[in-house]
Amino acid sequence: MRALVNHRILTLLVLAAMIAALPLIFPSSYYFRVASLVWVSALAAIGLNILMGQAGQVSLGHAAFFGIGAYAVAIGPAHLGVPPWAALFLGALLSAALAYLVGRPILRLKGHYLAIATLGLGVLVALVISTESRWTGGPDGMPVARLTLFGWRVAGSDTWYWVTGGLLLLGTWIALNLDETPTGRAFRALHDSEVAAQVVGVDVARFKLQAFVIAAVYASLAGSALAFMNGFINPDQAGFLHSVELVTIVVLGGLGSVVGSIVGAAVLVTLPQVLTVFHEYEHLLLGLIIIVAMIFMRNGIVPSLSGLLFRRARS
Amino acid sequence: MAEFLQFLISGLTVGAVYALVALGFTLIYNASGVVNFAQGEFVMLGGMVTVFTSAAGMPLPLAALIAVGVAVVIGLMLHRFAIEPARGASAVTLIIITIGASILLRGIATIVFDKQFHKLPAFTGDTPVDILGAAVQPQSFWVLGGAAVVVLVLYVFLEHTLLGKAVLATAANRLAARLVGINTTTIMALAFGGSAAIGAVAGILVTPITLTSYDVGTLLALKGFAAAMLGGMGNPVGAVVGGLLLGLLEAFGAGYISSTYKDAFAFVVILIVLFAAPQGLFGRRVVERV
Repeated sequence: MRALVNHRILTLLVLAAMIAALPLIFPSSYYFRVASLVWVSALAAIGLNILMGQAGQVSLGHAAFFGIGAYAVAIGPAHLGVPPWAALFLGALLSAALAYLVGRPILRLKGHYLAIATLGLGVLVALVISTESRWTGGPDGMPVARLTLFGWRVAGSDTWYWVTGGLLLLGTWIALNLDETPTGRAFRALHDSEVAAQVVGVDVARFKLQAFVIAAVYASLAGSALAFMNGFINPDQAGFLHSVELVTIVVLGGLGSVVGSIVGAAVLVTLPQVLTVFHEYEHLLLGLIIIVAMIFMRNGIVPSLSGLLFRRARS
Repeated sequence: MAEFLQFLISGLTVGAVYALVALGFTLIYNASGVVNFAQGEFVMLGGMVTVFTSAAGMPLPLAALIAVGVAVVIGLMLHRFAIEPARGASAVTLIIITIGASILLRGIATIVFDKQFHKLPAFTGDTPVDILGAAVQPQSFWVLGGAAVVVLVLYVFLEHTLLGKAVLATAANRLAARLVGINTTTIMALAFGGSAAIGAVAGILVTPITLTSYDVGTLLALKGFAAAMLGGMGNPVGAVVGGLLLGLLEAFGAGYISSTYKDAFAFVVILIVLFAAPQGLFGRRVVERV
């Protein structure tokens, strides 16, 4: 138990040290921007990983909640006169409410049927966003007012680096702790076998719903952060391809591994930036790398590599 | 009445394409348990290869044949180099591999072809046929007829040939199939090849109506997957009915209610159907073992 707690604190310390040290080697503000994008994607992925990796439920429409968070901070100040910081919480609340309402019937479905139902939910939300252009600016997107906190205007790529980095630390801390609570243990019981979990008295429906709501709130906050950071938002952020990207981050990094989600986000966000050097071969290489990585590290990057290290250490 | 008929025929035409994509999903899923998200890329390949080989001076039937051949080779390679090496990995890992394959194939298509939209001439002219007041493009008949032929051929193959029965046996129980001497790896390769051919045929038939480009596959895979789930995953009849139903829902929704929310009707109905019948319309109830 003691080792576990130390391990958790160690993970957080390493992450904090990395966030603090990275700017020392960043040559330009472009690097701050890419790193902030990694932190935001990692935050959304950690949430999704609680649903997928811990509770064992798939969501192929998770970008919907990301989009709700993003559009909440865009529409709130622009059309409803809500202060930006309040819009962030409003977005999270809205995402949680939607997840709660739709979650109950949807989460009764299993496997691929759950995948298509969440996918449908995602398509519907994205469709509303890109169609109701009076509110959302339609397919062209809309500008987002800057975030001001107590007179401090949060702007600039280095400022947002620290803000998103802080959010990621907070999200990581909560996810790591959740793993060790009765709720986290119930999630894992669900993951291993729903029937067995039910037999030993786990309220299956309630815990699935909890995981879904938690994952929705994570995605919503990540969406809000990205919208504030970019000062602009378009419907792609809520679209099917973004949902697929989030799932890919989670699986590539490692299902059930919090660190894995951060590594997965780092790989999948920076890779396209690096691969732009190869111009038209960019997508070809991205696809190839995903295939090869999943063949040789089928449990995901972090669990596979740590498994390898652990074996080495023992022998 | 004319309006109703117009929507009915356009819905059935689009639905036939969805049905073919869903059938491709089902074939691969049954043989290997893999949900192949690169299924839409076969449709893209069918259209794009036909466009480019016929532009190079090849007669259309020959160009179409080459396109199907290319898709089959790609399908076999997908199985041999991406799915087979990951044998035994979890379902979600395999899905991510097929997503990677779909990105890879789209990337190759932008290099070998281009990023423009392309059109094929309709097979038998563009003069609309009048049916009880509805103006129908002749190409619609090609799509419907072609889809019917594919379904029929697949039915005869599965029910009346030894190889087809081996596919069904593998779908029913892979271990048992292997015990009676069926080479399930060959069967899986066959499923990938056949599924690629079906997708390519759909792409060739529909390109004169909808145009094609390197990225048409994503939306088609989405709709095909939805159709397969609506019918009940793993059931070929369900896939065809699900595809046609999805096409009709879109056409009537767009025609009578709102064309901007065309995609919404299909997914709202899918959600309602799944709430009422969690295994799809034709799916079997599965008892979970612990």
